Amino acid sequence: MPKKIVVVEDEPNITEAISFILSRDGWEVSTHANGETAAEAVRAAAPDAVVLDVMLPGRSGYEILQDLRADPEFAALPVLMLTARGQKKDRDLADRLGATRFMTKPFSNAEMLKALREIAGDLD
Amino acid sequence: MAVSGLTGSRIRERRSAIGLRQADLARAVGISPAYLNLIEHNRRRIGGKLLVDLARELSVEPTQLSEGAEAAVLSQLRDAAARLSGAAAGQAAPELDRAEELVGRLPGWAGLVNAQARRISELERLVETLSDRLTHDPQLAASLHEMLSSVTAIRSAASILTETRDIDPDWQARFLRNVREESQRLSDSAEGLVAYLDTGGDMTERPLSPADELAAFIEAAGYHFAPLEEPRGGEAEIEALLETADTLRDPGAIAMARDMLGRYLADARAMQAGPFATSRTATDDPGRLAEAFGVGPDAVLRRIASLTGADSGLVACDGSGTLTLRKPIAGFSLPRFGAACPLWPLYRALVRPSQPVSALVEMPGRVGRRFLCHAICMPRATTGFSAPMVFEATMLILPAPDAGGPADPVGSTCRICPREGCAARREPSIMGDQG
Repeated sequence: MPKKIVVVEDEPNITEAISFILSRDGWEVSTHANGETAAEAVRAAAPDAVVLDVMLPGRSGYEILQDLRADPEFAALPVLMLTARGQKKDRDLADRLGATRFMTKPFSNAEMLKALREIAGDLD
Repeated sequence: MAVSGLTGSRIRERRSAIGLRQADLARAVGISPAYLNLIEHNRRRIGGKLLVDLARELSVEPTQLSEGAEAAVLSQLRDAAARLSGAAAGQAAPELDRAEELVGRLPGWAGLVNAQARRISELERLVETLSDRLTHDPQLAASLHEMLSSVTAIRSAASILTETRDIDPDWQARFLRNVREESQRLSDSAEGLVAYLDTGGDMTERPLSPADELAAFIEAAGYHFAPLEEPRGGEAEIEALLETADTLRDPGAIAMARDMLGRYLADARAMQAGPFATSRTATDDPGRLAEAFGVGPDAVLRRIASLTGADSGLVACDGSGTLTLRKPIAGFSLPRFGAACPLWPLYRALVRPSQPVSALVEMPGRVGRRFLCHAICMPRATTGFSAPMVFEATMLILPAPDAGGPADPVGSTCRICPREGCAARREPSIMGDQG
């Protein structure tokens, strides 16, 4: 059974590229672009991993992560944070809020696949 | 030759240097040779017209003869030393006690030190502004974010296109379209960013704040604007002055200068130069002049300053004590950045709104220069009964004879003030045991 992943990202062309490579890699991908409803969407999908962008309309990725981590059911969910800012304070904040991995844009497709395989365990 | 800090000695040195006889110089400025002799031996203090006449005959600037110039250069040198104190570890400290010697013997080098110190503070402020801008500029942040998003999408799509061997033609077309779209967006945002940074490039040419530009504008004019003294002077003359002022470049500074000139115009209309001069021969009391012309005492102080050239200085401050108007006068050193001496009558007036303050003050120095200061604090136009009142204090600074009676000791600003045991001191001085 394919593993499920939710991509929370508001740039349509980035979403499309990520979805494409993840699907080819065997993931079952669903996407979400709105920050305000993202936490809800993740809960409903109950995925095996999440790709979460920081800059989203409505709510930031940090706030969404905080929500998810506050819920025991999602406290251990693998989350890959994506941001266009790679400063130390951004990294530290992501760490503190419980991000599983942190990746700065632009990233290579191979890097992203590798990171997701590592944090979500090998695919069947 | 011993270096003397006194005006008389300097006149004598200069006269000998150009080979002029005492009697000839005395005749040229209309005084007796005996009197000139007293002056040259520092037995008579001079200033005003006589100093100007002597300077003209000796072909030097009056300030080169007066102590004011030396005091100003000295205080700038001390300020320069204060700014870098501690920064130059492992290097001999500047000989503060020999600053006068430097000014006397090597005025050119002293001037260079001061010019460099000024440039350094300007550049420091520029760096601060720029780093603030990089950290906090929302437009810059948004623009960079946009570019990074495009680059991310392009990189990802390009890699899909090149690395996916059996890619479906529909998908291929889709990613090609994405690449085209995102490259267009990337080039637009890059252009926008370049245009934005290009405009910002002007900043290197105007490192000063609008307040500093305004101060430079007022100083260059000596707080006297001839076109506004004409009976027909009005808004058009104000705009012409603003346009021709090369010290004013920042739009904020221009707006501030427009307000300042508007007020100047109102003062000049209410107190026309001719009648005002006539009234001043009858009384020099700012309060009486205010009554005679039906204006506020602060307007009278400004008006006197605007009509008396180098013989007066003027400062104004807002409720926070920040200087908002500054016309310098030789010997009364106005700090360029930061706060001034809290003992200035200006600040005494600030805490007692509407009550005039007149005081004889003395600046520190071997021969303390004395000034008669008139100050008053008035409310500025308010916006209503419920709004907080906004006050402004104004101080006129007039030279006073050096002898006779007690004077309040004041300074320029704490860092370069030698006065010990001053109750108003807010930070230590770099001047050590001087004064």
